[in-house]
Amino acid sequence: MSPELINLIVQATGESLYMVGLAALIGTAFGLPLGVFLATSRKGELFAAPVVNRVLGIVVNATRSTPFIILVVAIIPFTRLVAGTSIGSTAAIVPLTIASAPFIARLVEAAIREVDGGLIETASSFGASPMQIVLKVLIPEALPGLLLALTLAVVSLLGYSAMVGAVGGGGLGDLGIRYGYQRFMPEMMLAVVVVLIALVQLVQSAGDYLARRVNRRLRHR
Amino acid sequence: MKAASMNVHPSLAIGQPIEKLDAILPAATAPAAMVRFEGISKTYPAYRGKPGVNALRNIDFAIPRGSITGVIGRSGAGKSSLVRLINGLERPTTGRVVVDNRDISALAGRDLRLAQRSIGMIFQHFNLLSSRTAAANIALPLEIAGWAKADIRARVAELLTLVGIGDKHDRYPSELSGGQKQRVGIARALATRPSVLLSDEATSALDPQTTRAILDLLANINRELGVTIVLITHEMSVVRQLAGDVVVLDAGRVVESGHVADIFTHPKHPITQSFLAEAIGDSLPVSLASRIVSEPPAAGQAVIRVQVRGAGAGDTLVARLARELGLDVSLLSARIDEIGGQHVGSLTLGIPLGMSSGEDATTRTLAWLSQSQFPAERLGYVA
Repeated sequence: MSPELINLIVQATGESLYMVGLAALIGTAFGLPLGVFLATSRKGELFAAPVVNRVLGIVVNATRSTPFIILVVAIIPFTRLVAGTSIGSTAAIVPLTIASAPFIARLVEAAIREVDGGLIETASSFGASPMQIVLKVLIPEALPGLLLALTLAVVSLLGYSAMVGAVGGGGLGDLGIRYGYQRFMPEMMLAVVVVLIALVQLVQSAGDYLARRVNRRLRHR
Repeated sequence: MKAASMNVHPSLAIGQPIEKLDAILPAATAPAAMVRFEGISKTYPAYRGKPGVNALRNIDFAIPRGSITGVIGRSGAGKSSLVRLINGLERPTTGRVVVDNRDISALAGRDLRLAQRSIGMIFQHFNLLSSRTAAANIALPLEIAGWAKADIRARVAELLTLVGIGDKHDRYPSELSGGQKQRVGIARALATRPSVLLSDEATSALDPQTTRAILDLLANINRELGVTIVLITHEMSVVRQLAGDVVVLDAGRVVESGHVADIFTHPKHPITQSFLAEAIGDSLPVSLASRIVSEPPAAGQAVIRVQVRGAGAGDTLVARLARELGLDVSLLSARIDEIGGQHVGSLTLGIPLGMSSGEDATTRTLAWLSQSQFPAERLGYVA
């Protein structure tokens, strides 16, 4: 493989990491509070607001059921508004974030709901405010689950990022399609797939490791 | 509660003059009750096809300051609801709950949270945070109360020593035994120096030996820190070992309340009697029970069960019976326990069939027991 092609792969890997990294970060910034709220706002819960909970649930489901490639195209005006352009890696972060935030929210919701309800009662019994319960009890206790959720979100984002080539987002997926598929370069396709597999493996292992490290539930002397 | 049939100790009755209460309580303990339930009822409304539940009805009683009060009842009797009214985790449908002269049921938001810091609670399943070490678990209520870091560190060390696990500072709950976890729970509940400690079946998940150790610890805490302890339990043995006062709950109502010794030496309500029977085990040995027949055999003994209640009550019973009636009384089975310094139990006696001073021996024995204030019954005969 020529140095030019290797350069292309390196550059595309950089773009993928840039898009996925930022989208995961911003997606978590929105998805985490949203997920915590979804997990604590049903009738009788900490931040009980059943109607808001229902409406947010519908919005989240609607976003999650829209195919990603359609989402990318459908929100182009919004992307332009936020990123100043609708083309390129930075612009691609907008649809990636919008797709990942509800996904992360659902994963966060599931992880938070796993926390034993008795702990909420316990914290309430010594006068913790709902916010203190979230920050000192729910999130620390759900941390292993949250880290695994984030790992899953990053891996899914790597898959999604292959589609943002449609709006000139670049990245590994785009490279694979343009060079490997459209220009009939099977070695390029293979190289892209190998790099993607390595990335996913790396992210998953790191996530598993971190989740295990913070999980004190099953650890015995 | 005012019903005449109920056994109400003066210290637990509502509307008693204060002077009368002071007579029972240690001197210089100002306004008598630590917790007072006034006209409490609690109804859970019907929800999603499930019918509504009257969890508590017409609850009126007081828990004396500095006491250890056991609340005993079967599951579903309303114990958990009752204890959660004390620390404001639940609100009464009617009535009010006064804790340390403050109407807790009228508080909400920040005021309630402040009041909750003076009421500690321990749980059946410990409810420790798995992500925090023993020390950090104990620190949690202090962090929530906004203590300074250095103060928290000092207080946590003090508490770990108090509950006897000074060496478990950095252990996570998964590395602790059940008894150690409950000690952490107790230390956490005491962290903010509460005046009341609520125990919700705190020993139900522990083995008998560990239970005894935890109950001893609670007794020490009550004695040394003067913390009023309210114990919710379905186990008679817990009340017997630890509590001075007891409230018997059945189907959301208080059926009996008073000093443990009074209630369990003279139980009136069937529920109380059944708890007592469990505690002192009044069932006959299998080998004896299987031999009992209802018709008198040609030769043998009548089987009589005598209830023993009160201080030293049964000590000389058999000897006196044999001497005064001139009978060869045999002791078939006996179980006598001590509850609140009073003897409680039963003796199963064999009375030889035949005549005694021109009368049927069994009839004479029963008459003598009845005269001496020992409740007795004939169970049958053995050959």
